[in-house]
Amino acid sequence: MSPLVEALWQAAALILHADSDLAEIVGLSLAVSLGATALAALVGMPIGAMAALFRFPGRRALVVLLDALMGLPPVVAGLFVYLILSRSGPLGFLGLLYSPLAMVIAQFILILPIVAALSRQVVEDHWREYEEQLRSLGAGPGRALPTLLWDGRFSLFTVVLAGFGRAIAEVGAVMIVGGNIAHVTRTMTTTIALEVNKGQLALAMALGIILIALAVSVNGSVHAAKHVAQRWGGQ
Amino acid sequence: MHGPQPILPLELREVVLALGGRRLIDGISCRFAAGLKTVIIGPNGAGKSLFLRLCHGLIRPTAGEIVWHGAAGRDPASAQAMVFQRPVMLRRSAVANIEYALSLQGLGRRLRRERVAEVLARTGLSEIADRPARVLSGGEQQKLALARAWALRPQVLFLDEPTSSLDPGASHAIEEIVRTLHAEGTRIIMTTHDLGQARRLADEVVFLHHGRIVEHAPAPAFFDGPASPLAAAFLRGELLWRE
Repeated sequence: MSPLVEALWQAAALILHADSDLAEIVGLSLAVSLGATALAALVGMPIGAMAALFRFPGRRALVVLLDALMGLPPVVAGLFVYLILSRSGPLGFLGLLYSPLAMVIAQFILILPIVAALSRQVVEDHWREYEEQLRSLGAGPGRALPTLLWDGRFSLFTVVLAGFGRAIAEVGAVMIVGGNIAHVTRTMTTTIALEVNKGQLALAMALGIILIALAVSVNGSVHAAKHVAQRWGGQ
Repeated sequence: MHGPQPILPLELREVVLALGGRRLIDGISCRFAAGLKTVIIGPNGAGKSLFLRLCHGLIRPTAGEIVWHGAAGRDPASAQAMVFQRPVMLRRSAVANIEYALSLQGLGRRLRRERVAEVLARTGLSEIADRPARVLSGGEQQKLALARAWALRPQVLFLDEPTSSLDPGASHAIEEIVRTLHAEGTRIIMTTHDLGQARRLADEVVFLHHGRIVEHAPAPAFFDGPASPLAAAFLRGELLWRE
């Protein structure tokens, strides 16, 4: 049996037997990325909606900045958070570096522009379509905001999934601020990088399979959301 | 007449709307008293839709004044409604679309339910009340838009070419609803491309061309003998793009 096939069998065995190390790593990865995604949704959607509906000084600069930061390299986000949380940084006294919370912060910074920029687009598209009707009914941008968020919920769900997909798959930021410490800050992507460097492919392949399964699930959810939106909302 | 105090008459004084250096509405002055059905006609680009939007307050004029004489300091917006050429339906059920409009007016749940049930029944939409509004046919959506406007019990209803993309059956249904609304006291001000519809519905006609009122006359007088050569040419079916 070739080493590659042997590693694949071992990876399958790790998944099927729900190996405790594997489960711990997957659990931590999901907790960090879901936490970062939830935070980014809470902060990013209102920012996106405000940028879509209201005119204020600096709005155009904000929109350009959000669009530009959608392509923020994860290592840059990691470096930024590292500098802030390191012992000599402004928030170093909190002692958060090399903790899961630091990884949440790094992923939050990474995906916030994605969630905010895509939310802005969704809300703006809906506002463009609804504006005259809503204003005719007596609703200005402020009163229209909850309506637009509700009517755009399926599209916004897709936005959140895009943010989650980006967070769960990134390696650079969590490596820098988490330190890849076993049983503390070791995520799927950092473990894959480490195990490949060590030449131990079984765990790396098992985690790779799970990551791909997650990516497929996220995509499946996006398609399901679109299907539901078309069926119930006529979107 | 609906509402506590009438907001009419509506008066436009030398209203101008200029965009990009062009005067799309060019010094219009006119007055609309209560009671009639006014149909605004004119060739493409005459400014019919802009005229309605100005009256309804969706666009601010560049110059001139739009005065609701009966409003007496109150906001006249809540006593008006508008139905657009292409109905805009929220991504929710037919019922929820009407309820939403009523909730913006601050009506309580019980009153909303009663109003919704009433207008759905009167527009023949009760059967499709729970269906998503955006999957309804064009005719059903336009009827729903009218039902939504009706539920608001407006004193003045603006309609911007409400049947332009509908088949004759759906157009007939819309016209019947407009007649019923008018019979119940709602002032109708609408635009149309369809001269037949204008003849069927209009009590008075406003003929617009290049953002100006060329003729504002009672419907029988306008259709039997228009005072202006432009209106006469339009009624004969001539194209007015050069004038």
